Amino acid sequence: MSILLNRNSRVIVQGITGRMARFHTKDMLEYGTNVVGGVVPGKGGETVEGVPVFDTVKQAVEATGADASLVFVPPPFAADSIMEAADAGIRYCVCITDGIPAQDMIRVKRYMYRYPKEKRMVLTGPNCAGTISPGKALLGIMPGHIYLPGNVGIIGRSGTLGYEAAAQLKERGIGVSTSVGIGGDPINGSSFRDILERFEWDEDTEVIAMIGEIGGPQEAEAAEYIRDHITKPVIAYVAGLTAPKGRTMGHAGAIISAFGESASEKVEILSAAGVTVAENPAVIGETIARVMGKAA
Amino acid sequence: MDIHEYQAKEVLSNFGVAVPSGALAYSPEQAAYRARELGGDKWIVKAQVHAGGRGKAGGVKLCNSESEIHEACDEMFGRKLVTHQTGPEGKGIYRVYVESAVPIDREIYLGFVLDRSSQRVMIVASSEGGMEIEEISAERPDSIVRSIVEPAVGLQEFQAREIAFNLGIEPRLVQQMVRTLQGCYAAFSELDATMVEINPLVITGDDRVLALDAKMSFDDNALFRHPQISELRDKSQEDPRESRAADRGLSYVGLDGNIGCIVNGAGLAMATMDTIKLAGGEPANFLDIGGGASPERVAKAFRLVLSDKNVQAVLVNIFAGINRCDWVAEGVVQALRELELDIPVIVRLAGTNVEEGQKILAKSGLPIIRATTLMEAAERAVGAWQNDLTQNTKMRAV
Repeated sequence: MSILLNRNSRVIVQGITGRMARFHTKDMLEYGTNVVGGVVPGKGGETVEGVPVFDTVKQAVEATGADASLVFVPPPFAADSIMEAADAGIRYCVCITDGIPAQDMIRVKRYMYRYPKEKRMVLTGPNCAGTISPGKALLGIMPGHIYLPGNVGIIGRSGTLGYEAAAQLKERGIGVSTSVGIGGDPINGSSFRDILERFEWDEDTEVIAMIGEIGGPQEAEAAEYIRDHITKPVIAYVAGLTAPKGRTMGHAGAIISAFGESASEKVEILSAAGVTVAENPAVIGETIARVMGKAA
Repeated sequence: MDIHEYQAKEVLSNFGVAVPSGALAYSPEQAAYRARELGGDKWIVKAQVHAGGRGKAGGVKLCNSESEIHEACDEMFGRKLVTHQTGPEGKGIYRVYVESAVPIDREIYLGFVLDRSSQRVMIVASSEGGMEIEEISAERPDSIVRSIVEPAVGLQEFQAREIAFNLGIEPRLVQQMVRTLQGCYAAFSELDATMVEINPLVITGDDRVLALDAKMSFDDNALFRHPQISELRDKSQEDPRESRAADRGLSYVGLDGNIGCIVNGAGLAMATMDTIKLAGGEPANFLDIGGGASPERVAKAFRLVLSDKNVQAVLVNIFAGINRCDWVAEGVVQALRELELDIPVIVRLAGTNVEEGQKILAKSGLPIIRATTLMEAAERAVGAWQNDLTQNTKMRAV
């Protein structure tokens, strides 16, 4: 098992005719992901990497039985595309796009709530690197070869820092059940807490690694949830100990604006909830290995 | 993106928020002339800088005559105003706003923010206006009223009334308060603001509800659909290095240390800064050159980092995912050949084709210090910087 994404996921790519989307569609197909179609309004009937393109998500779902989508649409139109996926019955959507207006995301989240929980699409991102269930499927832009299949569930905001963690694990022969990027935006589809809940129920996940950063309340909210509901060991690293207050550090959401949003405060809150904190990014792999009882 | 007080007041008044009458001036003479136009015999002269805490820093002056206006302006124009929000370097004063003074009965705090917990717009209000919200939450938390706006329908009248009554606004003034709240929310949502703050919102002796101060910030990601807001940008209020970086599509934040950082990805960039600190150094900057890390971007990044004269060593940390390390290494070598640096450069590459990348760095003949892990990179950067310092001191001693 894995969460959100597996070998049977039928994937479409929204915005598939763009340069980046073409490149990553090829990459995902090579990884073994079951990419069944693409959507670009007005380009229905074309093909990309042998995959048929449709005008609307509904048409793509009807023709291919797609249940997962990767959104590569430019920022001004991305929110609309996510809502289109939700309306067409897509179950899991990853949005890669960086730069979506925050109020568009507020509307997207509100829109998704019009569907009852059992029919509601799960969204991760935007502004993330995607999700991978190693050895099964890749829905995103990360390099597949740095992940071994295994039993660590990873949840992270950042792309390359997530790669760093995965590479440190691979070096120790430790694999990953699923790695989920929740993205660096202030308003995102899923929080740490949402994904923690899924990993808790996943048989293949033994330990959970959270890679957080400064800004926002989601790490603190996760800590509370871990304390009350998570039985599996959780390891965390929080980036930005040296980040000044009130400045945006690259990610739109990485800004310390309230109490509990700095890295040291988050570390304190997570430790108090029983989470094992990696003191620095160089020892994320080592810390996970130690918690799993493997030689560091 | 931040805008000035006078701009925020103009924006908000277009949405029905009442503000005192005022006028902008670029010189002491103009300020005095504007005051005469406004009429009355009491004016407030306010330095227009992108920072709060102006009053305590001498950026707001009450004037009773034209000569006092002249005096106040002479002290402001061309100076840097240093408040607790500007940092020690301060912000330049190039414009002042002259406003008719109003008789104040009560001061209220009013703020609109994107609440990341509810993922909606939240209104924060307090009967203790005039203090900063941090002080209010520390000293008078019981005075704070919060209300979350349902995005599908916007701010409802009953919500606005509730806020007004909870603040203890007198019934005859509630309707004005409702109009103010609805105007602020409309401006916030229609113009993609990330923050609207009116502190204080005052009730005057003659029963008016007026925004005495106003601050607005806008979502950079939404400026594409608000060209009229983009035009309000004032580069004189930004860190010149940061605006230069932004114009080149790089994300840069200047810090006080001396080890420059060039990293791909925001999270990894912060993690690299943290590791430098842990190794005993101080990072000079945050810099995310984006996932791509093309040779051109690496070269641009070097130029930007080196424009900070405090930088005494540069650490490059690239995790090549989609790109290959050999390609990134070639970019680094090319940039270093062009720039002819005389400070230590430490390069750590990881990811796809890392061995080929290392070979290219080794063969270049350039004095690049290589590292394989993040910790090693940080330790070598700090070590090289300290070493370089001792050598320089020795040379000076000779």
